[in-house]
Amino acid sequence: MRRTAAIAAAKVVAGLSRRFRLGGGTALPGLVAERIDPEIVPGLASRLGQGSVLVTGTNGKTTTARLLRKIVQAAGMETVANREGSNMMRGIASALVESAGWGGDVDASAGKLGVFEVDEATVPEAAWAVRPRAALFTNLFRDQLDRYGEVEYVADGWRKAVAAWPKLAVLILNADDPSVASLGKQATGPVIYYGLEDTSLGGDALEHSADARWCTSCGAELVYAAVFYGHLGHWRCEKCGNERPKPDVTVTALTGGPDGMTLTIALPEGEISLTTPLTGLYNAYNLVAAAAAAAAIGIRKPAIEQGLVSFTAAFGRQERLSVAGREVQVILAKNPAGLNQVLHTITAADVEERDLVFFLNDDIADGRDISWIWDVDFELLAGRTRAVTASGSRAWDMALRLKYAGLEPVLRVEAETSEALASALRGTPAGRTLYVIPTYTAMLSVREILARQAGRGAFWEEARDG
Amino acid sequence: MAKDLKLRLAHLYPKLMNIYGDRGNIMCLKRRCELRGIAFDVVDLGTGDKLRPKETDMVFVGGAQDREQRLVAEDLAALKAKPLKEAAEGDVVILAVCGGYQLAGQFYRSADGGELLGAGILDIWTEHPGPDARRFIGNVVARWNGTTLVGFENHGGRTHLGPGARPLAEVVSGFGNNGEDGTEGAVSRNVFGTYLHGSLLPKNPAFADFLIETAMRRKHKDFRLDELDDRIENTAHAEAVRLATRRAIIG
Repeated sequence: MRRTAAIAAAKVVAGLSRRFRLGGGTALPGLVAERIDPEIVPGLASRLGQGSVLVTGTNGKTTTARLLRKIVQAAGMETVANREGSNMMRGIASALVESAGWGGDVDASAGKLGVFEVDEATVPEAAWAVRPRAALFTNLFRDQLDRYGEVEYVADGWRKAVAAWPKLAVLILNADDPSVASLGKQATGPVIYYGLEDTSLGGDALEHSADARWCTSCGAELVYAAVFYGHLGHWRCEKCGNERPKPDVTVTALTGGPDGMTLTIALPEGEISLTTPLTGLYNAYNLVAAAAAAAAIGIRKPAIEQGLVSFTAAFGRQERLSVAGREVQVILAKNPAGLNQVLHTITAADVEERDLVFFLNDDIADGRDISWIWDVDFELLAGRTRAVTASGSRAWDMALRLKYAGLEPVLRVEAETSEALASALRGTPAGRTLYVIPTYTAMLSVREILARQAGRGAFWEEARDG
Repeated sequence: MAKDLKLRLAHLYPKLMNIYGDRGNIMCLKRRCELRGIAFDVVDLGTGDKLRPKETDMVFVGGAQDREQRLVAEDLAALKAKPLKEAAEGDVVILAVCGGYQLAGQFYRSADGGELLGAGILDIWTEHPGPDARRFIGNVVARWNGTTLVGFENHGGRTHLGPGARPLAEVVSGFGNNGEDGTEGAVSRNVFGTYLHGSLLPKNPAFADFLIETAMRRKHKDFRLDELDDRIENTAHAEAVRLATRRAIIG
């Protein structure tokens, strides 16, 4: 009875909040359902006929989860997913409630697979409640230190969750991230590793922002044969012999530029080659991660290929749209490793001068601490930028950082979001690209403004197309 | 101008203690020196490296997580505490931020009760009241030298000043050293410790110049720095004050 009431109440709340545009109904229904029935998530998750997969990590979880969903659908299964980056327990609860029948019935969930993107710090709780058949860990970077305290705290939560894992559940781990790969040692069940194999893609030095360069076993400094991004690469500890595990699923070749890339992914079943609008090494990781997770739950090669190719970028993570004769690319940036990758990708484009606008907010969802901008290599943009605008609630902090990067001659500051967007668009020559790089909450406002101008629906509607 | 305008900064543990955008502080000192024609050399000193006090005008050490802090404490005790003391007694300008500040003190008692010995160049001690205690996180505004310092703090440890140190600043908004006595940071001779990062110096140009001037005056008495165009710096500072104090009122 309690469960039926919880589901009914949550469904009403979801309907109302969507009807009155209160926010996409992504978290509130779950919150309501959990209040009425604290066991709602384990209760409903256990009824998913195909079980669940969790996707977590600092960067790439939204895109990777969405890629995986595409593959699962290509394999002919239905998915239940917290699609909109609403990745705490209430977001999972909302998704389960939405998918359930009004009575919380088995029928509605019988053939479905749950694909849940999970906040890094929510992993222990989510693993306990959802009892996943597989869990994918992308990477661990410093991100929102003000919320989590320390990276070590998150890593510790992961280790404990993994040690308490059901024996048959598969772990899918990034071999190139030392702190993620080390989870394999805690595993009680099967582990599948993925990574980049083509060392020509990497550099040989760690970026300034790199975090985990210490051996998780003995604490010595790690040695890298290749560095792909942040601390991800081919690593080895010379002191104790701990080293990158040999991956089961890999990217063996990759070519590409700012408009997309072509890559070869080697699966145990054989190779697939695909072309995608996604760019950057971080997306190569997302693609190979999704392929590895799909293979781990028994999905075959053709569906993996079809799913990956049919993907369009997750909302805001990397979206292109046309506004007033300019191409606008919105790219979410929330930590130094991610933003450095974005800057490398943007500056790889074969044009002399770029137009950019950065939105730096410091709300709780962005991280209150903005000191991370000093770990980002904005210097990459110097001499390659026509105009750059600093905006957001911390516009002046961003402006100061850009001044230090040598961008003062082309710098404008406009704290107000819509005005900053409008003036940056006006300043961008027709036919050229404006790169819009917001933090999380800024992305929400930017997207609303752009969606109005480009005539697209609000994000939660767009994201529901699955 | 007199020749030999030069400062040599030792950056302690740049790989281990760098968590809160600390490199911005180095970038700031370097930029503000070079714009005034002062050559600025940075020497990175990691574990195993020796600090040479006689060849050093300034020292910087940033923040870290507990794990890194433990690695640093060992090296500090073994190799750096003695030359650091010598440097402090020679009036070398030392800036220690966050975890570096804690380790500049007498000791740091961590959440699990373990004790790390500090360098002892500031008469302070720090205690973490335990894993369940509130972490001091947020924007800070503090009164310093007739003006303000702005930054961000994120620390579990509570720092207390002994008789040999005086507070660097007085908290206007935020927690500061221990959330109780209204003090922020500590000073002794030319050793400055603070919890503020963000990065600290770019947004606090007056404090950055004060440190540079103090370092220069060890060799050039009455040395004065020329003004710079600090419009963006000053606006960023004023905005940080406005945001921090507004949020303190509305929570």
